[in-house]
Amino acid sequence: MLLSMEHLRKEYPNGKIAVDDFNLQVGRGEFIAFIGTSGSGKTTTMRMINRMLKQTSGTIKINDKDISKMDPVKLRRSIGYVIQNIGLMPHMTIQENIEMVPKLLGWSKEKRAEQAHKMIELAQLPDDMLQRYPGELSGGQQQRIGVVRALAADQEIILMDEPFGALDPITRESLQDLVKHLQEDLGKTFIFVTHDMDEALHLATKVVIMSQGKQVQVDTPENILRHPANDFVTNLIGEERLIRAQPNILSVSQIMLKNPVSITPDKTVDDAIDLMHDRRVDTLLVTDDAGVLQGYVDLEDINRITDPHTAVGDFTNRQVFFVKADSLIGDTVDRILKQGVKNVPVVDKDKHLVGIVTRTALVDIVYDALRGAPEANEEPASPINADIHAAATHDEGGEIPQ
Amino acid sequence: MMHFLATYGTQLIAKTGQHLYISAAALALGVIVAVPLGILLTRMKHGANFVITLAGVLQTIPAMALLAMMIPLFGIGSTPAIVALFIYSLLPILRNTYLGMQGVSPTVRDAAKGMGMTWWQMMVQAEIPLAAPVIMAGIRLSATYVIAWATLASYIGAGGLGDFIFNGLNLYRSDLILGGSIPVILLALLVDYLLGKVEAAVTPRQLR
Repeated sequence: MLLSMEHLRKEYPNGKIAVDDFNLQVGRGEFIAFIGTSGSGKTTTMRMINRMLKQTSGTIKINDKDISKMDPVKLRRSIGYVIQNIGLMPHMTIQENIEMVPKLLGWSKEKRAEQAHKMIELAQLPDDMLQRYPGELSGGQQQRIGVVRALAADQEIILMDEPFGALDPITRESLQDLVKHLQEDLGKTFIFVTHDMDEALHLATKVVIMSQGKQVQVDTPENILRHPANDFVTNLIGEERLIRAQPNILSVSQIMLKNPVSITPDKTVDDAIDLMHDRRVDTLLVTDDAGVLQGYVDLEDINRITDPHTAVGDFTNRQVFFVKADSLIGDTVDRILKQGVKNVPVVDKDKHLVGIVTRTALVDIVYDALRGAPEANEEPASPINADIHAAATHDEGGEIPQ
Repeated sequence: MMHFLATYGTQLIAKTGQHLYISAAALALGVIVAVPLGILLTRMKHGANFVITLAGVLQTIPAMALLAMMIPLFGIGSTPAIVALFIYSLLPILRNTYLGMQGVSPTVRDAAKGMGMTWWQMMVQAEIPLAAPVIMAGIRLSATYVIAWATLASYIGAGGLGDFIFNGLNLYRSDLILGGSIPVILLALLVDYLLGKVEAAVTPRQLR
């Protein structure tokens, strides 16, 4: 493990416990986001990593070396540090700012200059900006410099304390892309403190949700959206975001209706009509005795058949569009909608029929994703269930004739 | 005017030299003591107010009284004058140094420390350059005070342009009074101008 934090605790002299039993293992190239309300201890925890603060107890190890036994100045030079208010030295040129840590480390002038040119390119800013002063740059440009400055001495770990909090949304987004690129392409490891859930979910490979000094949930963004640990997490994420995220985290099996109306090929047209009448549907899925999907028959097909004893298998439409139960809705919804079919059978990996997705259920998902919260939400605490419920109600109302 | 210069020219140059020497020595001592002290005060949690108040109290002692008080300690001549003027120069420099260092944004300090500067590097590379304009303003102010008050040093035998003025007062010679006062004024203005240049030079381009 690149960075390991064990049983960290920070208690202030006035008895306030800022961080309580914090544990985290960070691998190389990970992007960790600490998120929580103010006073949750996220910044405190981060600042203990470069010994800007000293923990009351617990250990932090970088590459298995206990940082409390390292020289704090050397430690800080080996860790990139980006703060919210940018923290460029206003009296130094951009070049001097970028070269700061390399200079502290005693790099030669040529090597430093070379690095400065490399870094400004990485920041996607013009080279002649090196000779300017921070005050001559926009906030976004300054923070770009702030970010690459943290990498100028090839630091492996970069700490960021709400680095984009003060920027406008468009600038923030472009900077998020920059750091994401640095993490993905250069394999840098980021510890990122934020209070912006979108930012955390967008950037992080692992999100650490904190409240009152404790870790509430530590998981990937997908898992946090899928299984918020408790109401605090749900509230922090926000209902809207949970709903919006549905297409990307819900699988087809979660929205499908179970017990689809099916018939075996050896049954007759008569049986089929009876079944349609009983279940009030206009389409029957055809499965063999083992439940493997064969095709479908609909009312139009049956209408054309004059002999009531014809076996269903004789006029089954073999070309049937189906989806796998474990695929994500986000990946399949487009395909389903483009096919123009009303209902899509859902099969497991052996092609056994397990359910059916109705177009109405999909429309609900797409609608929610675009518009936010559902209009009539009977169970606000669990919007996902409410949705399935809504989908089922539509269906019980009977099939709308084509 | 020409007559005055012809008669007192050499003397004028010598007295101006003395005046400048006393002022410069006092100011230099003031800078050497007050700047580090001011920086030190920003490192201390307590005591800053006390020290600045003390310097303020020293400032309120009447100039003539302070000069007179120096005689038992240092005798007469330029030494007691330099010491007395040094005491006067302390407050503006001390206060401005303290305020200038305090005024360096905590963000800059946090960034500097977080990037791995030692406290010395932080002070020399970040805090002092950023506080320099405010410190220089204090030094400028002190310089003007010291040059003006150095006139009184003549009273305790330190020489300087004050000699002209006091002679003029004793002899009812307005030409001597003016001949002493005008160079003092010019000297003060010139030094203030030059220190202004220095202040501009130490001010980071972006903060001007």
